[in-house]
Amino acid sequence: MTDTSVTTISPPGTVQAQRNAGAGFWPSAIVVARRTVRKFVRTPQLIVYSSIQSVLFLLIFRYVFGGAIDVGGLPYVDFLVPGFIVTGVVFAGMGAAAGVAEDVEQGLFDRLRSLPIRRASVVAGRGLADTALVTWGLLIAAALGFAVGFRLHGSVAAALAAFGLCVLFGFAFSWVFITIGLLAGNAQAAQGMSMIVSPLVFASSAYVPVSSMPGWMQAVSDNQPVTPMVNAVRTLTGGPQMEALLGHSSGYYVGLSLIWAAAIVVVFGLLAVVRFSRR
Amino acid sequence: MTPILEAAGLTKRFGKTQALAGLDLVVKPGRVVALLGPNGAGKTTFVRAVATLLRPDTGTLQVAGINALRHPAQVRQVIGLAGQFAAVEPAMTGRENLEMVGRLFGLDRRRARAAAAAVLDQIQLTEDADRLVRTYSGGMRRRLDLGASLVGAPRLLLLDEPTTGLDPGSRVQLWDAIRQLVAAGTDVLLTTQYLDEADRLAADIVIIDHGTVIAAGTPSELKTRAGDDVIEVHVRNAAALPEVAAVLATVGRDPRTDLAMHRASVAVEDGTSRLMEAVRALDRVGVAVEDISLRRPTLDEVFLTLTGKPTDTAGPEAA
Repeated sequence: MTDTSVTTISPPGTVQAQRNAGAGFWPSAIVVARRTVRKFVRTPQLIVYSSIQSVLFLLIFRYVFGGAIDVGGLPYVDFLVPGFIVTGVVFAGMGAAAGVAEDVEQGLFDRLRSLPIRRASVVAGRGLADTALVTWGLLIAAALGFAVGFRLHGSVAAALAAFGLCVLFGFAFSWVFITIGLLAGNAQAAQGMSMIVSPLVFASSAYVPVSSMPGWMQAVSDNQPVTPMVNAVRTLTGGPQMEALLGHSSGYYVGLSLIWAAAIVVVFGLLAVVRFSRR
Repeated sequence: MTPILEAAGLTKRFGKTQALAGLDLVVKPGRVVALLGPNGAGKTTFVRAVATLLRPDTGTLQVAGINALRHPAQVRQVIGLAGQFAAVEPAMTGRENLEMVGRLFGLDRRRARAAAAAVLDQIQLTEDADRLVRTYSGGMRRRLDLGASLVGAPRLLLLDEPTTGLDPGSRVQLWDAIRQLVAAGTDVLLTTQYLDEADRLAADIVIIDHGTVIAAGTPSELKTRAGDDVIEVHVRNAAALPEVAAVLATVGRDPRTDLAMHRASVAVEDGTSRLMEAVRALDRVGVAVEDISLRRPTLDEVFLTLTGKPTDTAGPEAA
């Protein structure tokens, strides 16, 4: 840091405490990220409730609604599980909003803001941690998917690419929820505000084919981020038959979902950093 | 000698609230200064401005000779902040919390560990260092919060209402911890609503109200300014208080009565002779007096005299 070159004159005979240069950007981001991960791991309620909720969700769609949903003759489980995984990434991110709001409320962020570190590094650390937590949730969701009968119809490389995309979506959505947490003021408000995202999840291709919706709803569904994200994962894991059902190639959906993810990161990442650094 | 803190004409407005209204303050190094004032006086706003957590609308602010408005990042290199709310992570141990802050101050792993151990010793939490903070009592959390602000060995320590909400025993423990720091040479700026806390910890007291400084000085200077001595009369029967007050009005100014405590008091100039007068006058009217005494005014009375209104948030030990 260039700041440290400025010297102050210390009065003679007094002990001058050293100036603290502070940690660099990435070291502080990692320290902040470790704290968020530790908090998650050591708060079993967080893990248990979110896992139970997602298991029930999967079972209900797979075994209750599934029989009534026609996906062009393909097994519904192969249609559902990519939707379940991507929306799981979104739902997992919601916890970040409440967590961030709590940190604001309880003064932990004030302490971090008073330390000699780049303020953006705190926000970056939170984003890193949330991405790590989302990845953990993804692994569980994928395992559950396979357990209820989901199978790959494409290459392993394509499946790995799908996994990577999901991590990226998690990273992108974590910025939305970090921003909500910073704006909300308290944890309850943050939770309420993040519920706004639920319609986005349901009004998408995640659980049912878009073609089964009325025309105006199809327009909503096609022009929001969750649909191309789900379809990207779906076409990468479902192979040519799934591409035929959805009407576009995997390349098309991957490209479109990457654009959405990039736009979300830029807009909400900036909002979060500006909001956190403001004084 | 460079002042550790120099504020001139600081203002800050939040919507309709004028939190700081042209605050001027100079703090010499080597002193513990207490900002004393009721809720909403602007204490916390001022501390947050010094900690670079908010930016004043107008005015200048120098912290350890650094222009805090132009170089906030440099100010953060020399301060430590402990807040009203214990800003520690409940899901980590005391040691982990301090090591985390140490790492953020730029210490490497080994030095962060050593600094954390030293601070734990200083705040007497070594025994509980490896327990999760969520198992700590309120007082222990507050001590840890204080410790977190010490890991970076700051030149100026900012304590925003360090003992608010603590039980008396924990307050005394925290006071001890703060006194040791002071003895070790750290400059401290603390805010408090508790008059006794300011009196016990600080060499200088700055009284603020409505965003400006209304009085500053050592505790005894402030007491002197608010009137020299106080005559206090206790009666058995509260019904006699108006009569007592009328008598006290003849020896001093603005007598006050406290029905609940069966007590009337008045500030006087020449304590001993006025006390004699009061005793004779009370004897003439024939009021049954339980106890009569002459004492120095409390800071509560100082505040009343200087601001014209009582502190609505006096501490448990404040009279």
